[in-house]
Amino acid sequence: MTEIFGRFDFDVIARWIHSGERVLDLGCGDGSLLKFLMTERGIRGYGVDNDPDNVLAAIRNGVNVLQFDLERGLQGFEDDSFEHVIMSLSLQTVRHTVPLVQEMLRVGHEAVVSFPNFGHRSHREAIASGRMPVSEALPYQWYDSPNVRFFTIADFEALCGRNGIVVREGLFFDEGRAVTEDPNLNADVALYRLGRG
Amino acid sequence: MNSVGVVTPQRATFDTPITLQSGATLPGFELVYETYGELNAERSNAVLVCHALSGSHHVAGTYAGQPKNVGWWDNLVGPGKPLDTNRFFVVGVNNLGGCYGSTGPMSRNPATGRPYGADFPVVTVEDWVVAQARLADHLGIVSWAAVVGGSVGGMQALEWTLQYPSRVRHALVIASTPKLTAQNIAFNEVARQAILSDPDFHGGHFYEHGAVPARGLRLARMLGHITYLSSNQMAEKFGRELRHGKLSYGYDTDFQVESYLRYQGDKFTGFFDANTYLITTKALDYFDPARDYGGDLKAALARATAGFFVASFTTDWRFLPERSRELVYALLHNGRDVTYAEIDCDAGHDSFLLDDAHYHADVAAYLDRIET
Repeated sequence: MTEIFGRFDFDVIARWIHSGERVLDLGCGDGSLLKFLMTERGIRGYGVDNDPDNVLAAIRNGVNVLQFDLERGLQGFEDDSFEHVIMSLSLQTVRHTVPLVQEMLRVGHEAVVSFPNFGHRSHREAIASGRMPVSEALPYQWYDSPNVRFFTIADFEALCGRNGIVVREGLFFDEGRAVTEDPNLNADVALYRLGRG
Repeated sequence: MNSVGVVTPQRATFDTPITLQSGATLPGFELVYETYGELNAERSNAVLVCHALSGSHHVAGTYAGQPKNVGWWDNLVGPGKPLDTNRFFVVGVNNLGGCYGSTGPMSRNPATGRPYGADFPVVTVEDWVVAQARLADHLGIVSWAAVVGGSVGGMQALEWTLQYPSRVRHALVIASTPKLTAQNIAFNEVARQAILSDPDFHGGHFYEHGAVPARGLRLARMLGHITYLSSNQMAEKFGRELRHGKLSYGYDTDFQVESYLRYQGDKFTGFFDANTYLITTKALDYFDPARDYGGDLKAALARATAGFFVASFTTDWRFLPERSRELVYALLHNGRDVTYAEIDCDAGHDSFLLDDAHYHADVAAYLDRIET
């Protein structure tokens, strides 16, 4: 789903990735983030996606793509086999959030996750007016959404705290512009760099 | 549509002896093969297609005067098809030990002047690849752009990357496995016993008795067919449909599925050699590149440098997607380029021979990336 947001989150992620790293992108979609990182950082990348159309698009994009179901976890991947494991705007689409983030930190030295912030002002207003939010960050109707977990920036940070997941850096955006003040209210997307406790 | 058209098999003769993995030596051998498309000036666009158990060198096109004799992978190989003969020079070869014209049990044993029969040595996937490399030399192909195969053909593609890493740039390993399971070997053993216990087998020298162990070969093929299809597909294709609308209360064919298996078995005995069947099932059983590495597939694959396209099919219970994933993880361990597609297709192991749109699109997209 990275394509919805264009490149601003790519640029942020690229700043966190060193050249020549091994990078695993979970829910890689058409592989455009990996392709971007291959060009910008000369990474050795692998993408994982379970959607056949995404797999085909990623093959066409020239990236290494693996058709695995993330709900089965990452058990085939070895400890510390990647410098970074990325999950760009897909964390809200998997059911087993905590085991998955812990697995990301087993397989990678660091995890990079981004997700739409359900606590954004416009989403709160939609709920207050009695309707589920639909926005640029949450472009789906409630009945056709691939999202299965609905959480805010505050929820996510609380979850990390409870599970010994260290937030090394968090960056927040609203329609692509950086947000510094009260991100839980003002940001529609959050990006985190996470480490082990 | 989009056929390579009428093709003519060719024959290559190799006079240098070949020592097989078993230690046995053949003084020389012949391979029959077909080619489609043009080899470019740099000789960089050659693709080898490896056949599975009952396949042959006739991968695509038809023969003159035989419009129905269509190559076994004609839906994949041809102009504008996923393995595009406008771009690639494609080679199909009948393996050593085969029964379609390459040196095998039906060939004359120079030591006796009679057909080899049971005296033809057991050949392995490794041996097939050695023989294929001789053919590559013969054709002036230093390095394959890709080696492609389904099922035991995929084993050959994998073996190429291990035995001749510098001679293969990409391997497409489809509906295959890095080794057979005990269950796979068990099915092969039943098939072999069916052939070996047929009174017409004559210890493998049935040619000189003017006999064919048709009953055994037929059973082997019937058993094979069960493992090539999925339970769902069988149910869909045949269900419990009766052939004559009522039960016979006897042992003739009551159900359509029985009729199908008998037909497939009978057809097979008309063209396939029982000794080749035995050899091929042994080659399957023995293949296990990890064996010399204490069972560690990751260590075994350290030699490979090719890029890999691995595909499995969700309903393939003969070579489960799990086996392909094992291969993928071992390649990941070695930092190899690998793409893995798990195709949702109802047709079981035989899915790799069908033209499922997603499957063919993935193969086409991967092959499109290959530089020639």
